[in-house]
Amino acid sequence: MQDFLSSLVSVAFHGLAYGMILYVISVGLSVTMGLMGFANLAHGVFAMAGGYVMLTAINSQGAPFPLAVAGAFVAVALGSMVLERLLYARLYTAGELEQVLFTIGLIFMAVAVARLIYGALPQPVHLPEYMKGQLRFLGRDFPTYRVFLILFSIAIAALLWFGVERTRWGAMVRAAVDNRAMAQSVGVNTTRLFTLTFSLGSGLAALGGALGADIIAIQPTYPFEHLVYFLIVVAVGGLGTLRGPFVAALLIGVADTACKYWIPELGAFFIFAATIGILLWRPGGLYGRAAT
Amino acid sequence: MNIGKAAVLAAAIASLAIAVNASAQTIKVGVITTYSGPGAAQGDQLDKGFKLYLKLNADKLPAGVKVEPVFRDDTGANPDAARRLAQELIVRDKVQFLTGVVWTPNAAAIAPLTAEAKVPFVIANAAGVTIPLASPYVARVSFTLWQASYPLGQWAAKKFKRAYTVVSDFAPGHEAEEGFIKGFKEGGGQIIGSARVPMTATDFIPYMQRVKDAKPDVLFAFNPAGKQATAQMKAYADLGMQKTGIKYVGPGDITTDEELQNMGDAALGVLTVHHYSAAATRPANKAFVAAYKKEYGEKLNPGFMAVGAWDAMDLIFQLIRDQKGKIEPDKTMELVKKYKTANSPRGQIVIDPETRDVMQNEYLREVRKVGGALANVEIETVGTLIKDPWKVFNKKK
Repeated sequence: MQDFLSSLVSVAFHGLAYGMILYVISVGLSVTMGLMGFANLAHGVFAMAGGYVMLTAINSQGAPFPLAVAGAFVAVALGSMVLERLLYARLYTAGELEQVLFTIGLIFMAVAVARLIYGALPQPVHLPEYMKGQLRFLGRDFPTYRVFLILFSIAIAALLWFGVERTRWGAMVRAAVDNRAMAQSVGVNTTRLFTLTFSLGSGLAALGGALGADIIAIQPTYPFEHLVYFLIVVAVGGLGTLRGPFVAALLIGVADTACKYWIPELGAFFIFAATIGILLWRPGGLYGRAAT
Repeated sequence: MNIGKAAVLAAAIASLAIAVNASAQTIKVGVITTYSGPGAAQGDQLDKGFKLYLKLNADKLPAGVKVEPVFRDDTGANPDAARRLAQELIVRDKVQFLTGVVWTPNAAAIAPLTAEAKVPFVIANAAGVTIPLASPYVARVSFTLWQASYPLGQWAAKKFKRAYTVVSDFAPGHEAEEGFIKGFKEGGGQIIGSARVPMTATDFIPYMQRVKDAKPDVLFAFNPAGKQATAQMKAYADLGMQKTGIKYVGPGDITTDEELQNMGDAALGVLTVHHYSAAATRPANKAFVAAYKKEYGEKLNPGFMAVGAWDAMDLIFQLIRDQKGKIEPDKTMELVKKYKTANSPRGQIVIDPETRDVMQNEYLREVRKVGGALANVEIETVGTLIKDPWKVFNKKK
């Protein structure tokens, strides 16, 4: 019994760490898909870019860890703003097929560029000394870095919630998600709102990619390999909400970890089965609005 | 017949004669390894081993005989590509030997071709235990996973009681796991759990946390040489498993000489059984390591794959010398079975005439710091000229 409880703690802890990283990466995707109705499959590119920016800053520039993480956020958020204005904005009114083709193409280009610059192998992650080792808590050891990941991601989630629920920007975003035409007609500058929100979402993905580099290895095939997980988070959670992806990411994180822990031979099978089950039960996702 | 026609004819005959002459002098060796994709680092080891041998030993061939290597890239564990490349090398390039091959599935796909075409195939790495059974023209100078894992299991059973195994979920991983478990159980040990991890895994924490919670005395791990081994070692360190008294052991693939420095201090104290360590103090190895560093840079250690390539080429050179440059496939395979050398960087090796697989010493090593860098220090010889145990156990089938 003691052993079983202890394994439950193990699964819950590591599942939480993985789930929170998935959340930070995917929440931006949920917002862009909900807000702009844009099927941005290339979302993982921003996460990968964040990882590469951070690791390059640490490995070859010797930057301290916090600075490298902040740098990843800022660099990718700015870069995505340029991309949004130059490329994405042209396709807001296009059909889903065009959007999907465009973003898949973007993934191919990103994969090729990453391979050209960094080679095919996963990048080594060198964490600072204070992030290594374990923390002792209630008679158990927990890896320091994962404790930090969980706390940091919860802080981000809280900040996001505050931003969307309690600020003027949040009110505009919610209004635009509910009814874009009406929001526009009462004077909300939706174009600027989209650009800002898109770049925030991409920046968050970069943050997740950078912080999670130790869990989800940074390599050129990243945007393809993990795309399905990001999409599952968004689909299971429902579009355009904050709570949905949060619950979905935790579900996936814990389920995936439990599967690896107890039945490693099964691989990712359980996740896909659970996703299909949930979507059959609620096609719009756990917290999704009715399709418009 | 006018003079013009005669001249053309004479020229044609002359060029024909030159061509015949040249083919008797130049022996083409098809080398299949991996230059691109995630396995490029492993392929690079083979490439460096072959090229170093060819460069330093060109004068050891009979007078007038030349070896011309034809290098091909199989892009990773990709049996279709490997088979196609082997076919092209045999049919179009008319190679008289095939060698190289990092990956077991690739070697398994090539082996049947060599039986059809009667081309001797010297495997420099791929360790899948059954490959030499697939064709009488296959010989192997590398190793099998059983060769290291079975004696390791026997040895570990003397020190530890409860073991957990975590291996990569593909054929060599299964073989390492089976070999270790058999040796460990025969010695009276108990296996309390086994996990097989997908080859694509980059985060080993969930699997390793399970091991930690199960509290074994010893953890047996296998990953294909390279980054996965580092990732698993890192999870071992991140979870503080060393402190809880779980010993980390495995075949030498998990602490390869070329990857060891990336693992950092997490690897200190890890025990492995293997046939080759760059830190070994045998004179033949010291000379090999010095030559390798001179060619490729002071910081680069040769790994066991570079040694496999070196020895594969040494076997091919021996076969060419024995036949004075005229290669007959069946005679070649008879000569293969007589091959033995005491001068491999890994010590003495012999080709087992029954299985055409390599027999070699297995050493127990511990990861220690030597002169500021991590090294696999050989501390004990756990077996002398070991035959592949799997083939010994499964002979009657």
